[in-house]
Amino acid sequence: MYPVALASSINCVETDLTADFRDQFLLTYQHMLLSRVLEEKLGSLYRAGGRIVGGVYLGKGQEAFSAALGVQLQKGKDIYGPLIRDQAGRIAFGEPIIDTVRTYLGAVTGPMRGRDGNIHRGRPKEGHMAMISHLGSLLSVVAGGLFARRLAGTLADSIGATSIGDGGTSTGSFHEGLNMAAVEKLPIIVSIANNQYAYSTPNTRQYACENLVDRAAGYGIEGITVDATDLASCLKAFRTAVANARAGGGPQMIVGTLLRLAGHGEHDDASYIPDKARQGPSARDCLQVAEDFARDRGWLSSAGLRELNEEVRRNVDQTVSKVSKEPAPDPFKENWQALSCAELVEGQHEA
Amino acid sequence: MSITYLEAIREAQYEALRNDPSVFLYGQDIATFGGAFKATKNLSKEFPNRVFDAPISEDAMVGMAVGAAIEGARPIIEMQFADFSSIGFNQIVNQAATLYWRTNVPCPITIRLPSGGTAGSGPFHSQSMEAIYAHYPGLVIVTPATVEDAYWMLLDSVTLDDPVIFCEHKFLYYHLKADQIGDRELPIGKARIARPGRHATIVTYSAMVHEALRAAEELQLDGYQIEVVDLRSVKPMDTDTILASVARTGRLLALGEAFPWGGVTAEIIARVTTDGFHLLDAPPMRLNSKDTPIPYHPNLWKAHRPTTSTIAAALRRLLRN
Repeated sequence: MYPVALASSINCVETDLTADFRDQFLLTYQHMLLSRVLEEKLGSLYRAGGRIVGGVYLGKGQEAFSAALGVQLQKGKDIYGPLIRDQAGRIAFGEPIIDTVRTYLGAVTGPMRGRDGNIHRGRPKEGHMAMISHLGSLLSVVAGGLFARRLAGTLADSIGATSIGDGGTSTGSFHEGLNMAAVEKLPIIVSIANNQYAYSTPNTRQYACENLVDRAAGYGIEGITVDATDLASCLKAFRTAVANARAGGGPQMIVGTLLRLAGHGEHDDASYIPDKARQGPSARDCLQVAEDFARDRGWLSSAGLRELNEEVRRNVDQTVSKVSKEPAPDPFKENWQALSCAELVEGQHEA
Repeated sequence: MSITYLEAIREAQYEALRNDPSVFLYGQDIATFGGAFKATKNLSKEFPNRVFDAPISEDAMVGMAVGAAIEGARPIIEMQFADFSSIGFNQIVNQAATLYWRTNVPCPITIRLPSGGTAGSGPFHSQSMEAIYAHYPGLVIVTPATVEDAYWMLLDSVTLDDPVIFCEHKFLYYHLKADQIGDRELPIGKARIARPGRHATIVTYSAMVHEALRAAEELQLDGYQIEVVDLRSVKPMDTDTILASVARTGRLLALGEAFPWGGVTAEIIARVTTDGFHLLDAPPMRLNSKDTPIPYHPNLWKAHRPTTSTIAAALRRLLRN
């Protein structure tokens, strides 16, 4: 049997609300709002047709859980491997939203230069790993970065963090990566957004343990659950986990319970989610919960909120407008080589 | 004093570790135990904290190498057998091979694949995976056939800024010896004329180079001079050297130990027939293993792969055409 602490959940209480906590709460709320507004814009561009090729994958309902991790990390120091529904976490980590828009629109000026799109983006040299589509495979990559730093003597108190969903935990890659990270005792946060559905597949068809966090004991690592609709509790959970990891406590698993408030992508109406789940406690909108929490404590005024909303919308509109004028990739100017060593690129053997 | 192909691989890793502090080794049983084939014998003693036993997790081993490479390391990953790299396939072809193209960040990792068949090894310890990986953009696939190439090409692989699949042949580990390791002669990407000739060309790589050379000896008794081209790396493939050889001989046999469907030999034939059809005096031929899993019993194993006698028979048919 595992110690009780491993399966326990973390809740924010009034005594946690220091001035420093309040400042981080408000900063994170801004990241969440920017993420929500940006994603609404991306969704409307998708529905309008023409501008965005491929899909649009939203993190609606997961902003608190995602941003609460991102905001703990230090860009230029930590390694972050976000996944599909981490727009809010990426903003909190320090990714400028113009990188998001450029990648969705396939602009040649963006980090992926039209070669990859939407959520498959990052700047690895800045610690922002660019996910591939194969779930679970990023965990070992983030772990490898930390491993190399430890060998080079540059790890210090830097950490890694990566996200996954309930479905992604079923992959062999996730298991291999987490087991290896545990064996190597690497300072890595593994954030699991348990949003109840992997595309359309419910958790009953995904795993058979009582709670995903029960698995932490099997890996010999710390694990905790949190109500992921509650920003204050998410912040407390990730602050604790990040402090543990920085202090040498090894991998930390955080399972956030929530419901995805959108389809898998904008092409998906999520009709498979029953009304009962939509009315349950996990279906609370984390953005509204956070707003109410801040208002109740007098941290946010109606005027302040209105101003913030206007500023965020202006920022998003200006960014989309700027990127819309940028050049699309030109196949005749594209450097069609997959190797960095030009001398090893084969001649074009075309018919 | 002589050195085997296996010892050359061990020596190259020693040199790589000595030359560059960012090189480290990660693989199953490679630290104190020195590896299933002893390719890392004593390296963990000579380089403490640079040689690590990995959990049996080929996927995670490759993923961690990619992450380490992003941070500036140059990892060498040992797959215990090439066959098991299938578990790391996704990380190799989707993570490592796409990294530079997607993000402009190079991925200097070397993945060692103890490849090919030996008698008694059976279906899951005998495979040749080079064609599978060569199919994907973003990887360099090297297939050394000599002690010198095992040494120099491994050292070169580690210094390359791209992911390298290093296919080392287990059959050559102990059998192949050289008096000493000579100077580096050719870079990765250049083929070698292993034996000059003028009546037919065999294009091959890895352990089959030696079978081809023996078959060429046999044909010499009949008065034929067979040219043998050792590709050294199957990707990039040195098409110029292949075409120049076929221009000299007019006849082509593409030879490989891997399964027959598609693959390196098909690629050789495709390149020669599209770029050098006019050079051919006879239809080109291919010789591969049979299209079944690799058998266990030596009688079956020997009949499954090309051998000196089946190569010689193929050459005789080619020369009759």
